[in-house]
Amino acid sequence: MLTYTLRRLAYVIPVAFGVSVICFLLVHIAPGDPLTAVMPIDATAEQQAEMMAIYGFDRPLPVQYAIWLGKALMGDLGTSIATGREVSAEVSRAVGNTLILAVFASMIGFPLGILFGFIAGYFKDTLVDRAVTALSITGVSVPNYWLGIVLVVIFSVNLGWLPSVGAGPGGSTAWKWDFEHLRYIILPAVTLAVVPMGIVTRTVRALVGDLLSQDFIDALKAKGLGRFEILKHVVKNVTPTTLSVVGLQLGYLLGGSILIETVFNWPGTGFLLSNAIFQRDLPLLQGTILVLALFFVFANLIVDLVQPLVDPRIKRG
Amino acid sequence: MFPRTLRRASIALAATVLLSTSALADGTLRIGMTASDIPLTTGQTDQGGEGMRFMGYTVYDALINWDLSSADEPSVLIPGLATEWSADEADRTKWTFKLREGVKFHDGSDFDAEAVVWNLDKLLDKESEQYDTRQAAQGASRIPSIASYSVVDPLTVEIVTKTPDATLPYQLAWIMMSSPANWEALDKSWEAVAAKPSGTGPWKLETFVPRERAELVPNADYWDEARVPQLDKLVLLPLPEPNARSAALMSGQVDWIEAPAPDIVPALRGNGFEIVSNTVPHNWTWHFSRNDDSPWNDINVRKAANLAVDRDGLEQLLGGLMVKAKGFMPPSSQWFGNPEFDVTYDPEAAVALLAESGFGPDNPVTVKTLISSSGSGQMLPLPMNEFIQQNLAEVGINVEFEVVEWNTMINIWRAGAQDPSAMGTNAINFSYFIQDPFTGLIRHLSCDLAPPNGTNWGSYCDPEMEELFAEIRSTFDPAEQDEVMRRTHEKFVNDALFLFVTHDVTPRAMSPKVKGFVQAQNWFQDFSGITIEE
Repeated sequence: MLTYTLRRLAYVIPVAFGVSVICFLLVHIAPGDPLTAVMPIDATAEQQAEMMAIYGFDRPLPVQYAIWLGKALMGDLGTSIATGREVSAEVSRAVGNTLILAVFASMIGFPLGILFGFIAGYFKDTLVDRAVTALSITGVSVPNYWLGIVLVVIFSVNLGWLPSVGAGPGGSTAWKWDFEHLRYIILPAVTLAVVPMGIVTRTVRALVGDLLSQDFIDALKAKGLGRFEILKHVVKNVTPTTLSVVGLQLGYLLGGSILIETVFNWPGTGFLLSNAIFQRDLPLLQGTILVLALFFVFANLIVDLVQPLVDPRIKRG
Repeated sequence: MFPRTLRRASIALAATVLLSTSALADGTLRIGMTASDIPLTTGQTDQGGEGMRFMGYTVYDALINWDLSSADEPSVLIPGLATEWSADEADRTKWTFKLREGVKFHDGSDFDAEAVVWNLDKLLDKESEQYDTRQAAQGASRIPSIASYSVVDPLTVEIVTKTPDATLPYQLAWIMMSSPANWEALDKSWEAVAAKPSGTGPWKLETFVPRERAELVPNADYWDEARVPQLDKLVLLPLPEPNARSAALMSGQVDWIEAPAPDIVPALRGNGFEIVSNTVPHNWTWHFSRNDDSPWNDINVRKAANLAVDRDGLEQLLGGLMVKAKGFMPPSSQWFGNPEFDVTYDPEAAVALLAESGFGPDNPVTVKTLISSSGSGQMLPLPMNEFIQQNLAEVGINVEFEVVEWNTMINIWRAGAQDPSAMGTNAINFSYFIQDPFTGLIRHLSCDLAPPNGTNWGSYCDPEMEELFAEIRSTFDPAEQDEVMRRTHEKFVNDALFLFVTHDVTPRAMSPKVKGFVQAQNWFQDFSGITIEE
């Protein structure tokens, strides 16, 4: 187990390095320079060049990268060009907000997905299965920003029950865990939960259905095990794959959805990212992408480390 | 027994009076902005015209302000923190500004000549302690004429320009005065000032959550009593996504939104919301290349194109939210003048003009235009340009488009038509902020501003126009200067120097509870007279 853990941890280093290179280079490939969106439109070439020099964009890319990486390793992601605020502070505030949203969406999406998947798999090829499958396919296929807009039209505009934008009446810094604030999270969380729910449902359904048709289930039945006992075996066998799917989906939720956070004006990482893209705010863009990519890397690492605990075969492999 | 009853009654009465007073006190106005962040709060704002509207002219003042009190009259310059100004008769580069007495910043410190010099250093002097790159990035390019400045006495400042330039007052209307004492008190940190700024304006910033909200409260001691805000609070929310903005208005989370999408306007009206709009100094044009190979060098082609555009049809496309262009300036502008060339829809005249230059069905004009897929001030660039493409094709001008993303477009606009990045296009569809002589006329066509020195995209150069520009800069009497501006604009129109299409009307949608807003013909607005009726 120790070798396995160490090996997994060692894999993280080159992946993280690759991620940092890609993050840095990708934003430089995009059209437009970092100061175009920030300076007044008719600022002279001389004034622009001056600002480029002040922000260090006039240096060769490898030098810029080395400086950026050096600082990033010390936890300093630089300063946003558009706002002058520290990128790490901006990103951590956004991550906090996305985390709140992700936790809520997980609480809705994963249990429901697993439950629906089990029901559909257990009653495979019955009417119940078809209904659940239809639901999950709809969840996966409906564009979620569209669903978000529809929910807003119904619950905010027409019924007036729930707010349509923002993270609480006083903004996210005044967030409290009471109903007045939680009202703001219901619509974005439900919208966000729909895709992971659909994916988890389909995965679990396939796994359960497949397992139930295997010979060892017949053997268990022949041994005289009850339905509940058999289900316990099914759960044990289904868990590792479900866990890795849930892990990936958790990464997706933590990454924040640009579209959903934009529709609901939720001040999380997706919202931050879209602002950074439109403003060509390179330091902010690089910092946010790096943090999000590292989230994925570590979410996978955690899944990889947890899996052998529930499925000893992986450790041996 | 009786006195107790009386006391109760009087308490009840007092409570009623108190409650009714608070009902009369004029509430909170919540505005959904199109900006994706709260504009820079330290003084010189970012986010273009919207930044100045909400965080510039609210919290701060300039030496010279824009008059925002009328919806019917074009907006003009009025005294702000300076009460009077003049250029020296003998040396026209020397300007004297008399400052308003007794003005205090929100932190209680005095506004004086030292503060003016300190603020100019903040933008122009890299060696000064208070030099702020972010504010300089926004402000330095607004005051290109300034060579030096100094304190004459506590209430007098002298500003010297590089060459005589009568447009200096317009340039100074951009420059917001922040408090030196506040910056000192906050350890000389602009980041700290951003959270707790101090200006002299009618509003004070009370709280500020980056990217989420800003709350402004009235400055009861504002120097212009007529402009002390009547509201209790002004809340600004960045809501960049148009659907989110409309939903927030319709669900009652905000009382006012900027720029509702044209297709949602009928629904907003149907739900009882008011759409307020007015002409603004903005235009949506095709800026022609005047390089040697450009078909637009022929005045007949330029005039024909202008006569071919069906602006009524375009107005329908935009749900009525535009002003049909009759020239470069909006028809209601004080600088419109009386041009001879009537910009109207007359395809037959257009065909005749083209025939005069030897163009016809067998020999159409072919042009290539650079357009953007979206962008600030660009309205709905794709459908609008396709509409114009059809119009022009009908008279014999074939248009091919190069579509680029907005930030790329800005760079091509700066680089000029000759630059390879312009991909051989001979017109660019650009929308312009045209509020003052420089941004309105000079910068587009001045010979010395041809790329890479400036934003004369098409490298137009005409000695007669140069003379007019020189006259604008050297006419120091405002009324006479307006007259020169009118003559210059007449030449813009008579020579059909652009494809004049539309002017934006900056629509905003608001709840019927919002009372007392006067939408000035300006990019900036005054929020002081607004009340909320419960």
